[in-house]
Amino acid sequence: MQVQNPFPLSRDELLTVYRQMRTIREFEERLHIDFGRGDIPGFVHLYAGEEATAAGIMHHLNDGDRIASTHRGHGHCIAKGVDVVGMMKEIYGKKGGSCNGKGGSMHIADLSRGMMGANGILGAGGPLICGAALAAKYRNKGEVGICFFGDGASNQGTILESMNLAGVWNLPVIFVVENNGYAESTSRDYGTAVDSYVDRAAGFGLPGVTVDGTDFFAVHEAAGAVIKRAREGGGPSLLECKMVRYFGHFEGDAQTYRAPGELDDIRANHNCLKILGDQLTAAGIISQSELTKIDEEVMVLIEHSVKEAKAAPFPTLADLTTDVYINY
Amino acid sequence: MARKISMKQAVNEALDQAMAADPTVICMGEDIVGGAGGNGEMDAWGGVLGVTKGLYAKHPKQMMDTPLSESAYIGAAIGAAACGMRPVAELMFIDFMGVCFDQIFNQAAKFKYMFGGKAETPVVIRCMVGAGFRAAAQHSQMLTPLFAHIPGLKVVCPSNAYDTKGLLIQSIRDNDPVIFCEHKNLYAHECEVPEASYTIPFGEANIVREGKHCTIVTYGLMVHRSLDAAAVLAKEGVEVEIVDLRTLSPLDMDTVLESVTKTGRLVCVDEASPRCNIATDISAQVCMHAFGALKAQIEMVTPPHTPVPFSPVLEDMYIPSAAQIATAVRKTIKGSK
Repeated sequence: MQVQNPFPLSRDELLTVYRQMRTIREFEERLHIDFGRGDIPGFVHLYAGEEATAAGIMHHLNDGDRIASTHRGHGHCIAKGVDVVGMMKEIYGKKGGSCNGKGGSMHIADLSRGMMGANGILGAGGPLICGAALAAKYRNKGEVGICFFGDGASNQGTILESMNLAGVWNLPVIFVVENNGYAESTSRDYGTAVDSYVDRAAGFGLPGVTVDGTDFFAVHEAAGAVIKRAREGGGPSLLECKMVRYFGHFEGDAQTYRAPGELDDIRANHNCLKILGDQLTAAGIISQSELTKIDEEVMVLIEHSVKEAKAAPFPTLADLTTDVYINY
Repeated sequence: MARKISMKQAVNEALDQAMAADPTVICMGEDIVGGAGGNGEMDAWGGVLGVTKGLYAKHPKQMMDTPLSESAYIGAAIGAAACGMRPVAELMFIDFMGVCFDQIFNQAAKFKYMFGGKAETPVVIRCMVGAGFRAAAQHSQMLTPLFAHIPGLKVVCPSNAYDTKGLLIQSIRDNDPVIFCEHKNLYAHECEVPEASYTIPFGEANIVREGKHCTIVTYGLMVHRSLDAAAVLAKEGVEVEIVDLRTLSPLDMDTVLESVTKTGRLVCVDEASPRCNIATDISAQVCMHAFGALKAQIEMVTPPHTPVPFSPVLEDMYIPSAAQIATAVRKTIKGSK
């Protein structure tokens, strides 16, 4: 008997989305382990727990659509189609990484995929995506720009200025607040004077909507509406995705600011991957064994990426002085 | 024979020709058109000093006024540059860089390197620099050294209309972010400028006066103060060679070293504050690479290490004068080995 697909995505698309979210999850879980072992240099900020938001938004985008990411950018990269092996090499500081080992976790970019870079400066993506959207307007192909920022960066002047500029120039930009409840270690409520980002958007004349960022379909539907609006010349909007962060602000963060039991609750009851898996299997269009097969394939991919990263050579002295103009 | 136009007209003409030649060249800034959204005249200002006046009529789709929101629109210019445009953003005064500095030094300057060579950021940020307008501490600075310090940025500061046109067109064609510094006290200065579009390569200093006794290395308005000093010194039998750097990054040290090797004496003149500026940089490099050629200790002429004062009397004392430059040159002659 043919089972009716109740979702706005085809079966194949749903499998792809699940695979993408699982890839982000396992990528981050693996980095958590490898960082703990001391294998990874520098600062690493993990996206695990937030996958439904990246996947739900990026499903609407093409390579010509630009995103400005954040310091917590791995999920955005993977969902935007950046090569996972290249990313892993980059995070390991190796030659052949996405940025040839010169950027690291906080600066992974792939402009050919419309990924304008993770960014170590909170809120810096706002102005940049306005520029990307302005360029899109000149190209007139209906491309859009997505600016991701957290509840912390929502208080940066750059974000507020960008919302105004996007409104003034009627730019095809979506401001996506990834509200995981914490700005580093500080609760969202302590650092943000308004309760609702929709209210803040209204202050700039932008329509806004808040969704459950752990529900892929909720994100997908809301993002679809605002992206369609932007593509058709309707201008900028704000999308708040309420979500959870599985790990600390950065790796090594003991997260003592969380309430006892908070993390257990997050993993048990707000696991966006489990939520999606349950939705798919409950509808009867995808079986648990299909999902398990994807899980296993993803584990192989991640293992492969780590092996490749570890085997890759480090950049050399000659690489130190390329990719920048020097005369000194 | 080329006609004479002012530096202000040279900027206007360079932008006009660049926009006509390439539709991806767009200009944005505060009041670069003027009157946007009002009921009066459009192109009411053409920039706060009228530098871009008339360009809106010729290129309405390439001239954009912005809100007073430097971080947003300078960042937008940078983002658009990373996405295939060649924006020329006007930041009215270099003093306002503080408002949007992150977008310039953490974003534009670093994209190419940080992304492993996979990004180009062909943005030009035009700004007014320099003292002498009675504009006080926040509208008069010569902050060129701040930008020369940062890898990934190019820094241009022309001294005349001819260089301005050629260097501005070159800046727009360059694939790296360029900080283009226009001295507000030179806008009215005129010289012969060809009508056709042309470029001047970066990293080529200009010897604006040849001489054998002492080299003055400088840029911007100080080229003219140095020329005034040279005229006085010539009457004393001292022939000064003046090197106009034109671009501070790239820096044409070859021309500087060649000149110092010839004259054996060096005076560095910089309108920027005295610590860690272009003059100290040139001095250090000459000491490293041509110490043996020096017949006297190097002299530097700079303002005092103070903010730019308002009172006309104080401001005139602040800006390095031809007399101070001449004194410094005489010191190198007297103090010679």
